[in-house]
Amino acid sequence: MVTEKENLDVFVWRGLAETGRFERYEVPAQDSQTILDVVSWIQQNLDATLAYRFACRVGMCGSCAMMVNGEPRWTCRTHVRKVLRGNQLKIAPLRNLPVIRDLATDMDPFFDKWVAAEGHHHPTRTRDDAIEALDPQSPERRAANAGIECINCAVCYAACDTVANNPDFLGPAALQRAWTVHNDARDGDQPAILEAVSGKGGCHNCHSQGSCAQYCPNDLNPMTAIAGLKRASVKSFFKRER
Amino acid sequence: MLDARLYMLQRITALIMAPLALGHIAVMIYAIQGGLSAAEILSRTQGSLFWFAFYGLFVLAVSVHGAIGLRVIIYETFGMRALLLNGLSWIIGAIFLLTGMRAVLAVTLS
Repeated sequence: MVTEKENLDVFVWRGLAETGRFERYEVPAQDSQTILDVVSWIQQNLDATLAYRFACRVGMCGSCAMMVNGEPRWTCRTHVRKVLRGNQLKIAPLRNLPVIRDLATDMDPFFDKWVAAEGHHHPTRTRDDAIEALDPQSPERRAANAGIECINCAVCYAACDTVANNPDFLGPAALQRAWTVHNDARDGDQPAILEAVSGKGGCHNCHSQGSCAQYCPNDLNPMTAIAGLKRASVKSFFKRER
Repeated sequence: MLDARLYMLQRITALIMAPLALGHIAVMIYAIQGGLSAAEILSRTQGSLFWFAFYGLFVLAVSVHGAIGLRVIIYETFGMRALLLNGLSWIIGAIFLLTGMRAVLAVTLS
């Protein structure tokens, strides 16, 4: 049984990045209410023109990330009760990305950097070859496994101060993906990956502040992955020099 | 704005600086046991190729290391364009090198 509760004081970013502003909405508090529930309630009951993005509602698709009270969160799995300040919520579009409108950001720069970091599979076999046996306990496989649960939500990208200050920086998610592929025994072009992450926006720009690991909703650690890329690039530097 | 080449340069110069800084501190502690005077320091360093090489290498490493470090800070703070940033970094490195070598020469030339 839902008991009568007071309303939440919700401030939602409306409009564009430069000309927009926070607007106040009153939303009835519910048990087990998530931030996405709050945003959807506003869109369904108060203002149908509110732009925001979601898909799965269960923390798998990585579509619904927003800034909640100044911190990046996956809104479908963030309970209001955990992040409420006083009785207030401040919901804004993800940091470090261009705003399309309201809570919807343009994710293109984020995904373009995934491509730029060479974080895709470089095949070594054809469909006619036998399936390659992998040792799940090998150090390389463990390092690869550590990053494969990334859902591309861009929470780490929004949390990263290096991205904020250095627009060229590929960012935690793309670099973690590159490290994952680099450690995959089935991948055939590790030099291309190291080359891609060694440019002016590459892994060497990371200051190891750790906001990516702090905010990752899946408890991944892109900072460790980036440190791995740095080590691998140093090794390859000395090999080439000899 | 830190590619692999600059990153390696900064790490290698750090590796050079660390033992030199420790050596400097160790000699300092050892040398002041009998009191500290300019004459005593200069008697050790003037005309010494070793101390010229020791501090000359340190100044060289500092110039490269510091210029790269400040380059990152300047870029991330002011978002300067590459050409301007590179020019400024070279100037900063040159200032470190010139002032540092001036000091090294002042105590090692006999």
